[in-house]
Order: sequence, then C-alpha cells, then structure tokens
Amino acid sequence: MTRVGLIRLAVIAALIGALEFACQSGLISRRTIVPPSEMAVTLYNLLVSGAINADIARTLGLIVVVIAFSIVLGFALGVLIHALPRVREALDPLFATYYAVPIFIFYPVLIAIFGLSIFPIVVIGVATAIVAMIIATLNGLDRVPRVLTKVARVHRLGRVTTALTLQLPAAAPYLFTGVKLSVSYGFIAVIAAEFILSPAGLGRDIADAYADFNNRRMYALILFLLIVATIVNAALHAFDMRWAERRSGGRP
Amino acid sequence: MTATRRATDTLIIVAALLAAWQVLHRIAGDTALPAPIATLTYLAHMVPTERFAQNAAATAEAFSLALILAYALGLAIGVWMGAHRLSGAVGEPILVAIYSLPKIVLYPVVLLIFGLGISGKVVFGAMHGILPVALLTMGAIRAIPPVYLRSAHTLRLTPWQTIATVLIPAALPEVFTGLRIGFTVTLLGVLLGEMFASRLGLGSLIMSDMQLAQSEDMVTVTIILFAFAAVANAILLWIEHRLHRRV
Repeated sequence: MTRVGLIRLAVIAALIGALEFACQSGLISRRTIVPPSEMAVTLYNLLVSGAINADIARTLGLIVVVIAFSIVLGFALGVLIHALPRVREALDPLFATYYAVPIFIFYPVLIAIFGLSIFPIVVIGVATAIVAMIIATLNGLDRVPRVLTKVARVHRLGRVTTALTLQLPAAAPYLFTGVKLSVSYGFIAVIAAEFILSPAGLGRDIADAYADFNNRRMYALILFLLIVATIVNAALHAFDMRWAERRSGGRP
Repeated sequence: MTATRRATDTLIIVAALLAAWQVLHRIAGDTALPAPIATLTYLAHMVPTERFAQNAAATAEAFSLALILAYALGLAIGVWMGAHRLSGAVGEPILVAIYSLPKIVLYPVVLLIFGLGISGKVVFGAMHGILPVALLTMGAIRAIPPVYLRSAHTLRLTPWQTIATVLIPAALPEVFTGLRIGFTVTLLGVLLGEMFASRLGLGSLIMSDMQLAQSEDMVTVTIILFAFAAVANAILLWIEHRLHRRV
C-alpha cells in the first residue's frame, strides 16, 4: 500500500477509535450514539438471526430493479435522442436543469397517485437515475471519432456491426460513467423513499427503530447500509481504474 | 443557436410537461392529482395565507443558515485540501466516498445530536452541501497553473495580495460551479429533513398534505419549490457562464 493510502487508513481508524472512546467514556451519551463496536456486534447478530433478511432482499431487490431499468431504458432513450438532433436540442435545457431541482419532492405526489406500494419507489428511483444514463449515452455517442464511422463505411460494415464493434466500445467509458451515476442515484433514491414513507424495507426499518428509540438496532442498520454502499462504490471505482489502465495499455 | 430558438424550446418543454400533467390527472383523478389550471388558481389563493407564509419562512430560514454553513465549511475544507497536497491526496477519496453515500440514513443521528428543531434541519442540509463545494474548490485550486504563483512571487506580492489578485480570480469560475451545486443539494437536504420529521417548513407541509389527502395543497407546494429551484439554478448558471467567459 502507498504511503498516502496508509495515512488515509490511519485517519479513518483514528476517527472510529475516537468515536469508540468518546462513547465508552460517556463523553457521548448512549442515547445519542452507541459505540461503533456495539453497532458491529448488533449488526452481526441481526444478520446471523436472519431477522432482517426479508427487508434486505426487498430493498436490494428494488435497488437492482431501479438500476437495471434506468441503465437499459436510459441507454435506449439516449441512442434514440442522439439520432434526432432537433429533439435533442430542444431537450437540452431540461437536461441542464434536471439535477438542479429536487426531483425527490415529487415522491409524496407519486404516493398520492399510485398509492403506498413499491410502485412510487420504483418510479422515483428510475426518475432520479435514468437521466444521468441518458446524458452519459449522449456524451459517449458524441465522442465516437468520426474516423471510426468512415472506417466502417470503407469496410462496408452493416449498421448493427458498426454499432457493436466500433461505436459501442468507443463510447464505453462514457457509458460506464452513466452506469456509476445511475447506481449511486438509484441507491440513494430508493433508500430515501423507503425512509420517508414506505410499507417495508431497510429504510423504513431505520425510521421505525428511530421512532422506537431502539438505537442499537438503528445504528446497526445504518452501518449495514453504509457498508453496502461503500462496497458497491469501491467496486465500481476499482473496475473503472482497471479499465482505464487497460485502455492506456498499462501505461500510467 | 439563437436566443429565441432556445426560448421556444424551453416553452415547448414546459408545454409538454403541462400536457403530461393533464394526462396524468385524467388517469389518476381529481383526488390524487389536480389539473394544472386548478392548481394555478389554488396557488393564487394559497400563497397569501398565513399558513403558507409561516412554513415558507421556516424553510427559508433553515435553508439560508444551512447554505452559509455549507459554503463556509466547504470552502475552508476545499482551500485546505487544494493548497496542502498531502491532505488533499489523503482526504479526496474519503470525501468522494461520503459524497456518494445515501446521507438520508444519517438523519436520525443528526436528530439525536441536534434535536428536532431548526438546528437538525440546518446541519442535515449543510451535510449535503459541504461536499460538492469542498471537492470543486479543491479541484479549482489544484488547477491553478504554477506559473501564476511564480509571477506573484516575482512581483513580490504579499500572501494576501496573492490570494486577492491571483488565486481568487483564477479559481472563481470553478468554485462558483461548486457553490451552484451546493445550493441545489443543500436545498434538497433541508427539504428531506423537513419531510422526515419537522413541525414547520414546506417539506413537512407536503407530507402532512399527503397524509390528509389534500392533493391540491401538496401539488401546489411541490410546484412552487420546483419553480424556485429551477429559477435559482438558471440565475446561478447565467452568472457561472459569465465568469467562465471572462477568464
């Protein structure tokens, strides 16, 4: 590990250690924060007992559905919009403003329309995540070098072959940026929706534990979600790095 | 692209959104989603009421305090990590990792520490805003060409002169992008906080309207917030473009 990496690890360990010490010594009341070690033990017990398995499956399932929808649909819409320059020009102001307005405040409206079920959660999740994928697809297709399409014409490749063997690989890094953003946005939107109002799920579980003053359970669940989010983000980041390395032919 | 064409495009989008709203209203019915025209007339009645003014004032107060806190801390962290190479190298991945976490799950923690009043909302809003401001400020300072600093040195500028006449003008456009994004996410943070638990504020108004099935009220408040965010962003974007062009 590099020196910077070691220092980073030390900083994080020191922060957790300081929190543990402050909680154990009573500097921070147990009613405010439980010690990190206790969070981990409670989480372990929860996981082993299987008490939260159903909620984990539900929430992670919803997140996967939202992300899959957003990526597939977002890519398709991106390709479609890219093929229609006039439409794209008209949509430009919308894309420029989209992430500047709090889309999430429409969640209660969606509940009023669709009722309290998984449907509003999926809609708000896809609405939050899909536009990042559309914008990334447009960016990627813009960056395909024109020489590639010329090469395709010289070799008399069909539309599909050109798209699959030349355009898609050339646009891939931008598409991956879209995937990363969609994953992150989808995750955040689903958890937030569950947390604000939902029939079940991990977000709801945390909100309930908070309302019941069940701090141990609440902190264990929060820890779980933070760990999952960190692992997912780290995996995407690692994948990205590896890919960039391969593209540059191993050169730094 | 001419300005008129752009304005026409924006109008077309607004018209398309209104049409989609009308269609959704037809499907969902009056009780779930009132029609656009009905909402507009309701808006004219609602805005002057005491209830709206009180909640809007509560949100405005929390949002401005959160924004001040987010900007102050975000700029301080950004300048520090941008100027001090090792701190930046150690801290950036940590900030990026925190940035992509669902911060909403930390709201109960904020509430336990700061209580249900205005301070909880303010801290939660600021938590959202600090990170983009810090990350973009750091990037802006790192991107300043070293030759600027060398010329400042050659001209024997004092540290304060260097900051005021070289560093700030060079970093400002990108820093401003951070401030714009910080504005948006801080607003979202404050509203999320209000939606989850708060006695006053437009976010809590939306939630209580939903529970009482007062959809006219709910949709009106949502639209007002939506319009506020869109207009504020348009103004900030306009300033940002001017700053970028000047450099």
